Amino acid sequence: MCTNCGCNGGKQYTVQGDGFSADHTPPGETVIVDVHRALLFDNDQQAARNRQRLTEHNITAINLMSSPGSGKTTLLERTIDELLTRYRIAVIEGDLETENDARRIRAKGVEAVQVTTGNACHLDAAMVGSALQQLDLKQIDLLFIENVGNLVCPASFDLGQHRNVTLLSTTEGDDKPEKYPLIFRASDLLLISKIDLLPLLDEFDLQCAADSFASVAADTPLLQLSAKRGDGVAQWLAWLNDTHQQLQRSS
Amino acid sequence: MHEFSLCRGVLQQVTRIAEAHHAIAINAIHLHIGPLAGVEVALLERAFPLVSRGTIAEHATLEVTRSVVTIYCAKCGNRCEPKRLFICNSCHSSVTELLSGDEMRIENIVLKKRVQTDHVH
Repeated sequence: MCTNCGCNGGKQYTVQGDGFSADHTPPGETVIVDVHRALLFDNDQQAARNRQRLTEHNITAINLMSSPGSGKTTLLERTIDELLTRYRIAVIEGDLETENDARRIRAKGVEAVQVTTGNACHLDAAMVGSALQQLDLKQIDLLFIENVGNLVCPASFDLGQHRNVTLLSTTEGDDKPEKYPLIFRASDLLLISKIDLLPLLDEFDLQCAADSFASVAADTPLLQLSAKRGDGVAQWLAWLNDTHQQLQRSS
Repeated sequence: MHEFSLCRGVLQQVTRIAEAHHAIAINAIHLHIGPLAGVEVALLERAFPLVSRGTIAEHATLEVTRSVVTIYCAKCGNRCEPKRLFICNSCHSSVTELLSGDEMRIENIVLKKRVQTDHVH
């Protein structure tokens, strides 16, 4: 009988551990091998490597998530305009197809890597790892990762980011947080975008959106902004600045 | 719809484990998936045969254990299975901690080992 792996020499052989423990069960047998690992173990490992690389270079990495068309790229354009004199910025753009968003960012004088995911509805840590290879990390303070527009899948994939920011635009339903609780619960900040359109949109109630968000992520801050008109942009920049300073102190 | 990615992730892991144990086949894969994992089990079960075709896991059965959502309420100290989202059943506070329900784990796999191994213990 084996004392290392727990096999009992009887009919049922079990190898305890994480899938890679020493196996002293006899050849030719059917054995149960304990694994107890996350389904996304490989992704999580790659994400941890990405995060470590970014942290070593004193980069603050922000993962932007939302539905398609909620204004992520417009927010980035505005953010670059406001911050480029203070921070060195780079962007990783995730889309199923086209370089359009990366082109908009490059037009602002900022380096942008376009990741086209093909049929994949989210970015994963390996895609972000490859994109990082194309960037000179020594020349970056703030890295924005614009995830594929989708409120479901991106929530499950750690990319190595330091913070998650989710956008909810006023042209969407104000009950979105309750409909897609995972992504909103995983957020470190919620931005209600396109508030300049509020006078035109009877259906969107800011208080309902805030209540819906609080029901899934009670302790998470929420800001309202219009990247186009500029309302609330100062608060967003202050949040970015505070987050960057905070990460610099802790690293 | 990332069930294909998840299946590929599972397959990569179990293949490495099967090789480490000198297996000729994977007979079963036992997963634990909570309702908040963002995984549609039915889709996962449909995707698996497509992803595993022609691999060591081709004939493996996928067994899925589901769990329930349980939360701890920071306000009143209650532990419960919430009736709505992450909201405490007793005091209706939403400042709660998730205790279970977001699991997405490979628990174990059942392997058929090769009769002769080149690895001697």
